[in-house]
Amino acid sequence: QLSLFRLTVKTPFRTSHSSVDSKEMKKFQLLAHKWWDEEGEYSALHSMNDIRVPFIRDTLLSMSSNYHRGNPLSGVKILDVGCGGGLLSEPLGRLGASVTGIDPLEDNIRTADQHKSFDPVLAKRVQYKSSSLEEIVEESMETFDVIVASEVVEHVADLETFIRCCSQVLKPEGSLFITTINRTQLSYVLGIVVAEKIMGIVPEGTHEWEKFVPPEELEHLLESNGFLVKTVKGMLYNPLSGSWSWMESMSLNYAVHAVKSGAQGQSGPTDAPSEMDIQQQSATAGAA
Amino acid sequence: SSAVMAAVRGRAVLAPLGPRLRARPRAPLRSAASAASAPPLYDVVVSGGGMVGSAMAAALGHDIHFHDKKIALLEAGPRKEYDHMPDSYSNRVSSISPGSATLLSSFGAWDHVCSLRLKPFRRMQVWDACSEALIIFEKDDLDNMGYIVENDVIMSALTKQLDAVADRVEVFYRSRAVGYTWPLPSHSCDTSPWVQIELADGRRLQTKLLIGADGHNSVVRKEAEIKNIEHQYDQSAVVATLHLSEATDNNVAWQRFLPTGPIALLPLSDTASSLVWSTSHEHASELLAMDEESFVDSINSAFWSNINHSDFIDTAGAMFRSAISFLKPSGTAVRQLPPSVAKVDPDSRAMFPLGMGHATEYVQHRVVLIGDAAHRVHPLAGQGVNLGFGDIACLAHHLSAAAFNGSDLGSLKHLLKFETERQRHNVSLIAATDVLKRLYSTRLAPLVLLRTWGLQVTNALPPVKVRI
Repeated sequence: QLSLFRLTVKTPFRTSHSSVDSKEMKKFQLLAHKWWDEEGEYSALHSMNDIRVPFIRDTLLSMSSNYHRGNPLSGVKILDVGCGGGLLSEPLGRLGASVTGIDPLEDNIRTADQHKSFDPVLAKRVQYKSSSLEEIVEESMETFDVIVASEVVEHVADLETFIRCCSQVLKPEGSLFITTINRTQLSYVLGIVVAEKIMGIVPEGTHEWEKFVPPEELEHLLESNGFLVKTVKGMLYNPLSGSWSWMESMSLNYAVHAVKSGAQGQSGPTDAPSEMDIQQQSATAGAA
Repeated sequence: SSAVMAAVRGRAVLAPLGPRLRARPRAPLRSAASAASAPPLYDVVVSGGGMVGSAMAAALGHDIHFHDKKIALLEAGPRKEYDHMPDSYSNRVSSISPGSATLLSSFGAWDHVCSLRLKPFRRMQVWDACSEALIIFEKDDLDNMGYIVENDVIMSALTKQLDAVADRVEVFYRSRAVGYTWPLPSHSCDTSPWVQIELADGRRLQTKLLIGADGHNSVVRKEAEIKNIEHQYDQSAVVATLHLSEATDNNVAWQRFLPTGPIALLPLSDTASSLVWSTSHEHASELLAMDEESFVDSINSAFWSNINHSDFIDTAGAMFRSAISFLKPSGTAVRQLPPSVAKVDPDSRAMFPLGMGHATEYVQHRVVLIGDAAHRVHPLAGQGVNLGFGDIACLAHHLSAAAFNGSDLGSLKHLLKFETERQRHNVSLIAATDVLKRLYSTRLAPLVLLRTWGLQVTNALPPVKVRI
């Protein structure tokens, strides 16, 4: 483990692309080998799988008519952006999907590659690449059925560029799943002060409150870049039980499912169902 | 039993998993590059091919979310062919609860059992040799209380259902596991994250989850260094196949508590019953050694004789009975008379020692214990294999959900849920069985009175009986 650390200090980061924030990369560098300790710094992300994997799985199952026994996501091509150590890529791979995990930090990719290497099924289904999203756009136009960007958008430098790139690599009518943190007083108190400084649920300095994304801002960006937002749900972490659950309010963590509009017909600003307005109202109420 | 309660600590959710993930013998350094020469990797390996191990493998093999998974079952003995059931009954039988029957039918095994042979019973009569006290268990609806099934019949059904999923479940006969190597929980560098298994013939396997179903002397449990609270009773059980004096409906299970231990007659057919007589080691040896006629006499005497009654107890019991009948006139049901035995099947007499055991933990990283490996009880409650089947139903449920979530099957997160559920259920039953065994092993008047009255009250009060 000591040699791994020495190696990390010497290798420079690849930071030349707009959505990657080099300050953010430094924070994750130090923890690159801690991803797979289920009780360690990333324990909350491990337990988040208990709600985000079923969310992705059930949404995709409800949209498709095929079902392969034992492999519900068989045939689905997924891009896991900001995959870190592969915490979300692996379960998706086990469910049958072909997963490409990308992360700008080479050490994360190294950890992820090493972890999957012992399982021949995963080793085949999951591929990792040290790269930013922009770097793969050209070779991956309209390649993926699904993109998951979980706990990522609060770390990117330019969210609009990020979303635009997502749209480019996604097939028409493909799905985009995002989980992130809202920017509210409550999320400052609970998400930064309590989670980082007091309880150590998240390593200190992981998040910057200013970069948290309110759902209405995210929805607006999505819709003006060719996406139709289908679902927005609030998430709640219980530090005592170490488990996540869904909740009405989006004032802390939340998840989004959006679909890229098909080749014909864009979903324009006129396509605003009343449920969006209701969600916006409840989001702003939560932010107060 | 207080030792049992004290030793089994329910896992506090808040407690760190540290002690469960302590470093044990390291896996040999094995780099990913040599994966081609690595031992075959299974998703689940079940160690132990008895009723519980086989049913576990069959349940997973038939689970929709395990459709593409690889399962192995390790059995030390040879494969037995069960094509023809002999005319005579085997002396090893089990009382199967309706819940266990439901589990077995969930993967198609119960149909096979029914097509072979089994005996449903509707009623259980349990009474004390030292008094008239008696309790009758009966279901109000017309359902069966349970079924008496020969263990060979269950194994035949399980083997058939395992054959049906042979593409997913590989059964290794004549394969005893001699060594286990445990992985470190959050691995790094080049150590394999899987459990390594070494067989007696030198073959090796790897698995993501090891299920120990290898009986009360479990090697899995010992190698995992899981502490076991155990206690040898000074008793052996004598089993035999008996023929009744006259044909009868024979749908009642009988159990009488003698001071030396309970004697039970479990119905096999209209003319045959299975004997389970728990008694001292010396008496058990005598019963095995005596000629068949004396053996039959001993059984009849055990069920019919009033030699252990004392006038005092009888009077006290009668007074109490009339007291409750005043409060609840319909309280005490009609006492039936047990059948009398005419002869015993030659060569069907056998004995085995009895004990009690409970593992302090059922799970560790990538390891689970089920059946007798986790808990061993006295046969007096007829629960033994039903506890094991209950373990299977619970574990299969959690593993199925974990597979459908794409989780690592060996992860403690869902294994702990299994442990909590089953310990809650098992500990009270095991402790109660242990208490009952001790309570009934005496002639001392106060304790006899206590259990006499207790039994009568329990019999008279419907809600208590239903709960049981």
